Amino acid sequence: MTKISVKVCLGTTCFVMGGSNLQELNNIIPRKYGDKVEVTGSNCLGLCSINWEYSKAPYVKIDDDVITEATVEKVLDAIEKKLGNN
Amino acid sequence: MNNAGQAIHLKKEILVRIIRAFFSDDFEEQTRLIPYDMRPKGMEVPYRCCVYKERAIIKDRTIAGLGFQIEDDDETVSLAKYAKRALERTKIDEKNLTVLQAACKGCATNRIFITDLCQGCIARPCISNCKFGAISIVNGKSVIDDSKCKKCQMCVAACPYKAIVKISVPCEDSCPVGAIKKDETGFASIDYSKCINCGKCTAACPFGAVHEKSQIIDILKAIKSKKKVIAMVAPSIAGQFPGNIYQLKTAIEKAGFDEVYEVAQGADITAANEAKEFTERMQGVKEKNSEWLGWVNEGGYGENSENKETEKDDILHFMTTSCCAGYNQLIKKHLPEIKPYVSETKTPMYYTAEIVKKEFPDAVTVFVSPCVAKRAESYDNPNVDYVMNYEELGALFVARKIEILDCEEGKYKVESSKQARNFGFSGGVAESVKSALKDENSVKPFVINGLNKESIRQLKKFAKEGICEGDCNLIEVMCCEGGCIGGNATMNNPKTAKKLIEQFSNNSRDIEKIE
Repeated sequence: MTKISVKVCLGTTCFVMGGSNLQELNNIIPRKYGDKVEVTGSNCLGLCSINWEYSKAPYVKIDDDVITEATVEKVLDAIEKKLGNN
Repeated sequence: MNNAGQAIHLKKEILVRIIRAFFSDDFEEQTRLIPYDMRPKGMEVPYRCCVYKERAIIKDRTIAGLGFQIEDDDETVSLAKYAKRALERTKIDEKNLTVLQAACKGCATNRIFITDLCQGCIARPCISNCKFGAISIVNGKSVIDDSKCKKCQMCVAACPYKAIVKISVPCEDSCPVGAIKKDETGFASIDYSKCINCGKCTAACPFGAVHEKSQIIDILKAIKSKKKVIAMVAPSIAGQFPGNIYQLKTAIEKAGFDEVYEVAQGADITAANEAKEFTERMQGVKEKNSEWLGWVNEGGYGENSENKETEKDDILHFMTTSCCAGYNQLIKKHLPEIKPYVSETKTPMYYTAEIVKKEFPDAVTVFVSPCVAKRAESYDNPNVDYVMNYEELGALFVARKIEILDCEEGKYKVESSKQARNFGFSGGVAESVKSALKDENSVKPFVINGLNKESIRQLKKFAKEGICEGDCNLIEVMCCEGGCIGGNATMNNPKTAKKLIEQFSNNSRDIEKIE
C-alpha cells in the first residue's frame, strides 16, 4: 500500500487565512495513522494565485486532491475516506 | 483566544480587499464594490437570510476596516464616501472597538432557563437553593421569575436532572469588567468608560460582531506618501507567521516599511528597570524582616520591648508588573487601589518607540500588536503613531502577495536577549526580572495568567491586605490567557505559538545582570 501524502500549505496566504491552526496535524496524523500517512508542510502550493482564490485558503493537498478552506476536521475526514477506498 | 471560525476568516478577507482597493486605480469605487465582489448576484447565501443582508453586514465590517464607528453609520453613506473620508482623516479616534449590531441580534438574552427536562421532583432543590425567591412551581414544573433572578446559577448547580441552563451571551461572559451588555433593544453595546480594551469580546463573539477599528488606511497612506515608516514588532510575533523573525523583517520591508525594530529590544530595558525597581522596593521589606528577626532574637515580647505587632506597616510587600496594556487600563478604570504596588517601569513598546523617535524624529511609527489594548496605550503615547495588529499585517502580506518563506533573512540593529523575546507568554516577564537580578532567589513570582472576574477579585484582595498569596513578591499580570500569544488578534493557537517562540529564543543570548 502506498503512503497517503498530506501537504499543508505554509504559504503566507494559507497561513494567514487559517492555516496556522493546521499545524496541529503534525501531531495528530502520526499518532493516529502511524506510517500510513505522511504529513509535511510545504512552501506555497500556488493554489491561491489561480484567479486570486485567496478567499478559499487555506489549502491542503491530499495526494492529488485539493481541500479548500481546510480545517483539521476536513483533512482528517478526507484521510478516512481515502483509507476506506484503499 | 483564537476562535478560528468563519467570522475571523471574513474579517481578514475584508481587510485584504480593502488593502487591494487602496493599491488599485480607484480606491473609492473598489471599496464600494467589496460587498458585491464577496456576495455576487446569484451566489448561494452562506449565513444570513438573503444576499442583501449579507452585503449590508459586509458593508458594516468594511466600515470598521476603514477605521470608522459602525454604530454611527446611518446607512445612507456609501462605502466610496467612507473610503474618501478615511483618506482625508488626519487623526485617529480614541475608541478602538465597534459593535456590528446587525450581526448580534440573533443572540438570546443572558438568562437562566428551565428546560423541559424538569421532572417536577418532590425535593425541589432549585427552590430551596434560590436565595432570591425567584423560582416557583407552575403546573408541576419549576418556573423562573426573571425580575427576581440574579443569575447566580445556584439552581443550575442544584438540579439533579441538569434541567436548568444558563443561556450565555458570549461577549458579556467574556468581558472581565462588565463593559459590554445587550441593552433593552437586544443589541450589544460597549460602555467605553468601563472598557479596558482587552479585546476578549472580539474573540468571543461567534458572529464576529465586535470589530477593532483598523488604522490600516492611515498606515498605508503614510507609506504611500514616501514618509519614513517604521514597524516595531511585539515579541509575541515570533510564532505567528511562517518563517523566522529575520525573514519576517524582510517581508515587512517588502510591504512598504522602511525599517523594522524588535520590541524585545525595549523589553530588555523594561526587564532591567523593573529588576532595579524591584530591588529598591523590596529593600524595605528586607530591612523590616531583619529588624523583626533581631527583635525576636532579643526575646520578643520582653517586659520593656515595644509591641511590634501594632506598629503600622507601610512597606509594600509586593510589586506587580506594568507592561500589559489591558492590565494598565484595568488599574486606571477599576482597580486604583493596586496602583501603589504597580511598577513604574514603562512598557517595551514605550522604550522601543522612544529609541526609534530619537533616531528618526520625523518617522511614522507603527506598533505591530497582538491585541487591541495596545491601541489604547499608543493613543496616550506621542511616540507611537499607529497600531497594526497581526491579522492586519497578515492581510497586508496576502494583498501584496508577499511570501515570507521566500524572503531572505534581514538583520535587526540590536539582537535582543532570550528573556526579552519570551515576554509574550505568561511567566516570561517575571522570569526576565528574575534573570536580570544577581540574587535570583529574591524573586517569588505569582503569575496572573489572564484577567477574569476571579483573578480581578484576587488582585483586589492582595491590594486590600497588602500581602500576596504564598508571600510572593512579584506579581506578573497578563490580561490574556497564555499572555500576549493569547491576544485577540493572534493567528496561531497559543500552545504552538509558545513552542515556536521558545525554539527561536533558546538560541538567543541571556539577559545581562543589573548592577
